[in-house]
Amino acid sequence: MTKLGGTPTMTTRIFGSGIRRREDPRLMTGQADYTDDIRLRGMVHAAILRSPHAHAKINSIDTSAARNAPGVLAVYTGADTDGVLNPIPCAWLPPDSDIKAVDHPAMAVDTVRYVGDAVAVVVAESRYQAEDALELINVDYSALPSVVNPQAAMASGAPQLHEDAPNNQAFHWVVAGGDADAAFAAAAGDPQNHVVVSENIVQQRLIPNAMEPRSAVASWQSAMGELTLWSTSQNPHIVRFLCSLVTGIGEHKIRVIAVDVGGGFGSKVAMYADEMLATFCTMQLGRPVKWTATRSEGYMSTIHGRDHVQQVEMAATKDGKITGLRATVYAGMGAYLSTAGPGVPTILHGLMYSGPYEIPNVKGDIFGVFTNTTPVDAYRGAGRPEATFLLERMIELLAAELDIDPVEMRRRNLIQPFEDGHDVSTGLTYDSGNYQGTLDLALQHVDYPALRKEQTELRSQGQYMGIAVSTYCEICGLGPSQVAGAVGFGGGLWESAIVRFYATGKVNVFVGTSPHGQGEETTFAQIVSDELGVPVEDIEIIHGDTDITPMGWGTYGSRTTVVGGAAVVLSARKIKEKGKALAAHLLEAAEEDIEYEDGKFFVRGSPDQNKTIQDIALMANVAWNMPEGMEPGLEATTFYDPPNFSYPFGAHVAVVSVDADNGHIVLQRYVAVDDCGPQINPVIVEGQVHGGVVQGAGQALWEGVVYDDNGQLLTGSMLDYALPKAHLLPNIEVLSTVTPSPHNPLGVKGIGETGSIASTVTIYNAVIDALKPLGITKLEMPLSSQRVWQAIQQAKGA
Amino acid sequence: MYAPEFEYHRAATVAEAIQLLSSNEDAKLIAGGHSLLPLLKLRLARPSVLVDIGRISELKGITISDGTVRIGALTTHWEISSSHDLEHACGIMAEAAGGIGDTQVRNRGTIGGNVVHADPASDWPTVLTALGAKFNIQGAGGSTRTVEPGDFFVGPLTTTLGEQEVLTSIEAPTLGHHQRAEYAKMAHPASGFAVVGAAVVVTVEGDVCTAARIAVGGLVPVPVRMTSVETALVGKALNQENIAEAASHASNDLQGEILGDFFASAEYRKAMAEVEIRHALFHATEVSHH
Repeated sequence: MTKLGGTPTMTTRIFGSGIRRREDPRLMTGQADYTDDIRLRGMVHAAILRSPHAHAKINSIDTSAARNAPGVLAVYTGADTDGVLNPIPCAWLPPDSDIKAVDHPAMAVDTVRYVGDAVAVVVAESRYQAEDALELINVDYSALPSVVNPQAAMASGAPQLHEDAPNNQAFHWVVAGGDADAAFAAAAGDPQNHVVVSENIVQQRLIPNAMEPRSAVASWQSAMGELTLWSTSQNPHIVRFLCSLVTGIGEHKIRVIAVDVGGGFGSKVAMYADEMLATFCTMQLGRPVKWTATRSEGYMSTIHGRDHVQQVEMAATKDGKITGLRATVYAGMGAYLSTAGPGVPTILHGLMYSGPYEIPNVKGDIFGVFTNTTPVDAYRGAGRPEATFLLERMIELLAAELDIDPVEMRRRNLIQPFEDGHDVSTGLTYDSGNYQGTLDLALQHVDYPALRKEQTELRSQGQYMGIAVSTYCEICGLGPSQVAGAVGFGGGLWESAIVRFYATGKVNVFVGTSPHGQGEETTFAQIVSDELGVPVEDIEIIHGDTDITPMGWGTYGSRTTVVGGAAVVLSARKIKEKGKALAAHLLEAAEEDIEYEDGKFFVRGSPDQNKTIQDIALMANVAWNMPEGMEPGLEATTFYDPPNFSYPFGAHVAVVSVDADNGHIVLQRYVAVDDCGPQINPVIVEGQVHGGVVQGAGQALWEGVVYDDNGQLLTGSMLDYALPKAHLLPNIEVLSTVTPSPHNPLGVKGIGETGSIASTVTIYNAVIDALKPLGITKLEMPLSSQRVWQAIQQAKGA
Repeated sequence: MYAPEFEYHRAATVAEAIQLLSSNEDAKLIAGGHSLLPLLKLRLARPSVLVDIGRISELKGITISDGTVRIGALTTHWEISSSHDLEHACGIMAEAAGGIGDTQVRNRGTIGGNVVHADPASDWPTVLTALGAKFNIQGAGGSTRTVEPGDFFVGPLTTTLGEQEVLTSIEAPTLGHHQRAEYAKMAHPASGFAVVGAAVVVTVEGDVCTAARIAVGGLVPVPVRMTSVETALVGKALNQENIAEAASHASNDLQGEILGDFFASAEYRKAMAEVEIRHALFHATEVSHH
């Protein structure tokens, strides 16, 4: 028998060590259980018929042939689900915005409003039979006029989507700080000393591409009145909550499982109709029902990202101090409000209009707009890439207008370093920042003057090289629950974690967050190991099953390590406190004389008189000799509600070349200097930055949803929607500085989205910089070869 | 992405495949499946019978003799791209094959399947047109015929291959000591297919181009020979100036239909034909200078 207790503990610090991701062997050898891998006895398969029209009346649906097709158990339409399933809720309703939370039925009842809107669901013994039967459903539509552009949708005479939302306006939300109108009036009144630049910016619509498509397996146990739902979710506890609202099943009778989820990037935050249809079907049929989206089905039915039309003005003094920012934004919401959709262009966007700069006067009019398109929601960065783009673009224009070097332009406006709190005009209080620090490191790393010299030389040879430097900061680590409530988020934003020691000294950590690729099975173990001296191999992180894990609000908004990690470390610290008390008892010493180091509790001055954490775990679990009044067990729970958001920041540099012959852009170099506070695992941080930068590069260079005028999705598959590919990218150079967050128990800030927040505009600005000799100041994204070539042709012709 | 129902037959010989095609009205051959399966999964093709010729060994392999490269129709892109013999005998084929799709596609996709699919955006039709390849076809009753690419490709996804015929092999001349060939393509960033592809085969004696065959694809329904460019090139020294001048004649040869879409308009593609021809010629001549 293995001897218990007394396991040797570690001496080197694991916090900050780039150990390999512990989840990878499972994920890479096919041993993960993704939702589509789930096979239950008696399971049947659902396939969903989706609208081919962007906007149409449903006159009739004939399902008789489908019902009689081989293997088919049932065919349901909106008439069947209407009144049984409640509408799919939107859970983020920004206050004071006149928001129209129109009903979003799980299946269209009489009107379809986008290509991909669910119209009928077939359940059959096999997916093939279900797909065959879909073709036998005859829907009689009367096509209606449609609109896909959010600005056009608000123009008079535009086709109307919802009776309750005149002019297709879903909401109008305003951010205001200082007095922007006065600042612009002052600039207009004193043109000798001021300058104003304005620009229309289009943040094109994007399709999130997680490797794993969305999937659901719903299993209703009628005898117990219980539902088990395997769901590709970033936040299974929210799914349980909302599923209860949609189906009427008690929240205590719903178990949502999302252990292995193959990426999300925000697209698996939302509550989808499809999972509720699978639930409806299992409740009707009493058999487990699986539905898995095909890739092209996902392109129509999984949320899209971005989709802003922005009209922006920036005012400054002639010596380059920004005095005001004004923006009017038309944010496409799609045909219905997705779960967190309205929060993205408002709270996560408008509140960041000061960025890392002192901008005393800010005003943003944000219009959420219904269009005949797939609903829009959070996609990696979610509102902050659009805000960073807007700021970095306008500063670039100001620099050009004033003939000030763009880096110098930023320096004149950056907030000075601060360690504990800085208020900006939008009303936020940033936690800590040293923007100059990241900028200096970035410039030094690339040797900025040398780069500019090289550019000058190449320009003299007729070659187009572009350089851009961005400084950014972003809001993440969502967030204080009180603020969540105040900004209309329909839930809390705290996290909880249970750290449980067994008699053998092994540890389970149960967390409410739901990592799906970010590596917290590794970093959370590092936190506990670092705190309590238990080897990482002895710690298992349990997440993604609502019956097993404590409540949590999920993984998005770069919050898992910041908020969930804080709950983990605080639980570990509670364990340490109890361990001290128990050790004092066992060592017959006063508790105040007990010290802890590297997994050992010892009497001050007598390190040999000690109890290891494993000794303590054994005694606490068998409870043979406990101090008076101490409960058995070695387990701690923490519910952690952060006092503030976290505000990571950085400086990014892009170097590009443009081939004037064909318009090809090559991203020659990309440097990311980010500050997310102390890094638990720098290799994972680097991976997050790589992924984020690449996703942002995708928006700048390749990705973009194209709808035709009739609302048909032309980029309906990976044949036409261009994702970044490895051979098109340089080695991304990742550097960092460390400025701890003053309010976080670990000092950490989020790092999952910084890359995508900063890289799009940095690359865009670099391309515009390359084309500066031609007088080109603006291009439509993605910066396709054709667009660049056309602009060059026009410029040369002019 | 679930194919409709079909019957499946596996043919052991070409004759059996032709027999199966004859006895089933809307039967389709399947080889590597990389053109047909996506169409089936999108339910854009609905053959009631699939005749699998994927295991007919007589249709596989590369042989080089007497100045001719003969490639069995079932030879995969990977086999072509990794053949050292072919690299020496007709390097442009190995090079073009290596630029098709990705590793998975090259491992399964076949040259014959690609050619008979006649996708305007694929690479083989353009390269084989420039090479002056020949397609060997077997029909009912053991009949055989040989056609040139110009008589084979009719339009997008359309060829002169009969319903009861099988493309068995492709032949191309080996490249001589004085010949240089290159394929340059502007790949679609999503699909990797050719937005514009240009294949050049030039004979160089001294510095002078004595013969040229140039074809472009991707932007046209079927590959187009660039005879104006060829004429402008022959007799000239292959320097930057002459190459650019010759390539500028490309638009003369592109008077027919030009394809365009939201990613790349017809106007852009037409301009890019000239650019890609130039790139191909530059690359080819750089090789000749070494």
